Amino acid sequence: MRAFDYQRPESAEAATRAQSGAEARFIAGGTNLLDLMKLEIETPRTLIDISRLPLDGIAPTEAGGFSIGALVTNAALAADPSVRRLYPVLSRALLAGASGQLRNKATTGGNLLQRTRCYYFYNPATPCNKREPGSGCSAIGGHTRIHAILGTSPHCIATHPSDMAVAMMALEAEVEILGPDGQTRTIPLADLYRLPGDTPHIETSLAPGDLITAVILPPPPPGRQLYRKVRDRASYAFALVSVAAIIAMENGRISAARLAFGGLAPMPWRDREVEALLIGEAPSPALFAAAADRLLATARTEDGNAFKSPLARRTLASVLATACAGNS
Amino acid sequence: MSVELKVNGRAVTVDVEPRTTLLDCVRDELGLKGTHAGCEHGVCGACTVLLDGQPTRSCLMFAVQADGYEITTIEGVAPQAGELDVIQDAFCEAHGLQCGFCTSGMILAARSLLEREASPTVEDIREAISGNICRCTGYGQIIEAIQLAAERMRGQNAPASPSLSRTEAVR
Repeated sequence: MRAFDYQRPESAEAATRAQSGAEARFIAGGTNLLDLMKLEIETPRTLIDISRLPLDGIAPTEAGGFSIGALVTNAALAADPSVRRLYPVLSRALLAGASGQLRNKATTGGNLLQRTRCYYFYNPATPCNKREPGSGCSAIGGHTRIHAILGTSPHCIATHPSDMAVAMMALEAEVEILGPDGQTRTIPLADLYRLPGDTPHIETSLAPGDLITAVILPPPPPGRQLYRKVRDRASYAFALVSVAAIIAMENGRISAARLAFGGLAPMPWRDREVEALLIGEAPSPALFAAAADRLLATARTEDGNAFKSPLARRTLASVLATACAGNS
Repeated sequence: MSVELKVNGRAVTVDVEPRTTLLDCVRDELGLKGTHAGCEHGVCGACTVLLDGQPTRSCLMFAVQADGYEITTIEGVAPQAGELDVIQDAFCEAHGLQCGFCTSGMILAARSLLEREASPTVEDIREAISGNICRCTGYGQIIEAIQLAAERMRGQNAPASPSLSRTEAVR
């Protein structure tokens, strides 16, 4: 690992000022960054340790939702009584992610900012446009079991591995950001992420010095909340496909629907056309198939990940059937 | 950099480079070789230590970030030198180990589980050790060892004599 300077600023404001250049990184739980530093994929000259800043609280908001401090650990967030009661999709998604040891250290902000990645990104012996822009994508035409089928580009087909962010996408979470100018702004989670396009090395809309200070959850939407994750191992494996669903029914018809998907795209994926297609309709296998058709209309697959289309189709149908059954 | 750590109840000051992981620090600076370096990428769990009682990957943490925590390594679980604690003893008795490489991490993961859950189900145990990889046992005897330890710890916490139990005293 390359040597670096270590700083522990006393305040969030001081931290944002310290992280002025591209060669400085914030570190909190470190579960992703430290690993990437060992591989020298990340080579910061300065590490700014924000882990002791007072951003580890969960507080109700005036709007009736909750503000989750960026340093709340994944374990603490999953176990929070209010989150378990009001946002079960989030608690379940968190517990489906990583392992207990990692959830004890991984933070809310860090989970959002873990790198979109694949095994070629982790292997410095192979070309990767994300690691070395312009060098090519080894995944395309390679081993692609874990790779994305939606939102990809000819330059990168890596997936965003978070479960938490998928649930937060369905909950329409917002991200609170403190900039180096001392100003705080709030953006929808969907606007935090960027699709790879021809710059897959740029994954978020954050500018240097921007520090995520909190995630804001709106009041819980009506409806039943479900999170289902399909993976190769029952614990400690990334999603091949995951679905966060919040479905409300009235008089036998779907009155509100929010769906977000993991394992399919370079960011937690939400497609409002799929949701619009469901609203006002009575649940049926034909409806669920039509929803899957819409979801997968733009899917682009490789040999190794072509199975994700039928898997996503079946998982969506199963989740919708469960969410609609006895839910009126 | 000078860092003050509290390891197994003992305050120590180490002088490490910022890039030194907590794993390398406890092994090389403190000589506590019971914490094992396996994959060193957060996958295998051999390097598990407890931070304020919570299982943590010491390979994915810098030593300079570890001040202020109560750090427990496998060397800190036995009541005194030459003895085993209940979980270690149960691992021996139930043959919960073969080569022993994963065992420190398994025992610390089990300890954290049993501190919060006196009667864990098999599912609870499987989940608690799911971040720890064993390539010898097939996990069956590890689960049995943790069940045995749980049973013994429940026994330790029960009243010594039924006549001294709370309900009896009230009568």
